[in-house]
Amino acid sequence: MELKRVVITGLGALTPIGNTIDEYWDALKSGVSGAATITKFDASKFKTQFACELKNFNVEDFMDRREARRLDPFSQYAMVSASEAVANSGLDLEKINLERAGVIWGSGIGGLTTYHEETKQFVEGDGTPRFSPFFIPKMIVDIAAGHISMKFGFRGPNYVTVSACASSNNAMIDAFNLIRLGKSDVIITGGSEACVNEPGMGGFNALKALSTRNDSPETASRPFDLDREGFVLGEGSGALILEDYDHAIARGAKIYAEVVGSGLSADAHHITAPHPEGLGAISVMEQALEEAGLKPEDIDYINVHGTSTPLGDMAETKAIKHVFGEHAYKLNISSTKSMTGHLLGAAGAIEAIACVKALENNLVPPTINHFMDDPDIDPKLNFTFNKAQERNVRYALSNTFGFGGHNTSVIFKSYEG
Amino acid sequence: MSDVKSKVMSIIVDKLGVAEDEVSADASFTNDLGADSLDTVELIMEFEKEFNIAIPDDQAEKIQTVGDAVSYIEGNAK
Repeated sequence: MELKRVVITGLGALTPIGNTIDEYWDALKSGVSGAATITKFDASKFKTQFACELKNFNVEDFMDRREARRLDPFSQYAMVSASEAVANSGLDLEKINLERAGVIWGSGIGGLTTYHEETKQFVEGDGTPRFSPFFIPKMIVDIAAGHISMKFGFRGPNYVTVSACASSNNAMIDAFNLIRLGKSDVIITGGSEACVNEPGMGGFNALKALSTRNDSPETASRPFDLDREGFVLGEGSGALILEDYDHAIARGAKIYAEVVGSGLSADAHHITAPHPEGLGAISVMEQALEEAGLKPEDIDYINVHGTSTPLGDMAETKAIKHVFGEHAYKLNISSTKSMTGHLLGAAGAIEAIACVKALENNLVPPTINHFMDDPDIDPKLNFTFNKAQERNVRYALSNTFGFGGHNTSVIFKSYEG
Repeated sequence: MSDVKSKVMSIIVDKLGVAEDEVSADASFTNDLGADSLDTVELIMEFEKEFNIAIPDDQAEKIQTVGDAVSYIEGNAK
């Protein structure tokens, strides 16, 4: 059976550095940090008192109060970016076959805010259970896909993938495969996360995963820098419309890029630490290249997982050098998490969008906040430090890795007809 | 307007996101105010909390309009 070509025909973003696709790309190009002191709650007793929160986001600009109340923030964010992507795609919902239109979303954690608020109220009460009837349907991680399907009437495949920080890449890869196999014409994919709250910050702090650079939040996310000391938690959402190429052509859609390869693996090593030699990361990049029928030299840009943790950045660098050999020095590499923070289950989605925009504009967004080289990281690698670089980008690869040892890689190709 | 009625109205306006002038005494939660079964469960819980009463399930099922809620609460408030 011949596999279908899969193209990207719509984009949506709600991120700490921009609330629409255009704002997001403008900020990525110019190297803006989204980190600042936390406004959502009083974090004065927390080791980390800053995060990459959304800015100037008012949910009631997008939905009425009643709908907003029924959605955890992670689902609200999902609805906002999915709506932008659907509008951007120009899909005519009256004309497409809705039975063959799916939603495959990603989120690492789901409704943590809702879980926290509901259990807090119970624990502080007299033991009488007064849980809201919306507690479970707001909290469960799959519900974002359900809400998106209800809004657009998409009755095809519908679920959420959960693999921590790899979640939305897993969602995208499933969407890619279902369309390739001819099971769906169009799928809304992407991911959302909303964990900038007390248990989210406290939990990641306890793991010693977060930067504690409270005196300089905007320089805290510094992937590959000598003084990197943890990631910066971010929140938000990214959405992509994946579509069967023939379907897109038949309706005259604007095609942004093509999805051509993917890789999936596990480290089988540790709950939070990456494999020190990056075995799982090597595997996914090799799989993605093979599936796309590419040689390492074909890749121009790698949007790395690069969270700004001491171990993670090192292991990923080793893996890239292993896979790409001498070509590693010719690549542009960047971690856009230096700007957006780490959106966990939404990271793959917003980073896929960064790749698509890099392909479209032949411009590689930077890794900001580079101050000092780390002698343990090869200085000959081009991490696109501090400033965007122009480059003819034909193929871009995006890595995301998740707690639990989940690894994913996706390759995007510029659309050439 | 009685104190109970005004509190009931403000809960309904808040939870169902409806305009105050839609909330007449004979307005049905589900037929007129757009509530689904989960909304009505939540409304009953809010009434219990606001008025510090317990509304048994068999009584809760009979509370279908704004007027039903006001008269039940006025008859059972502590």
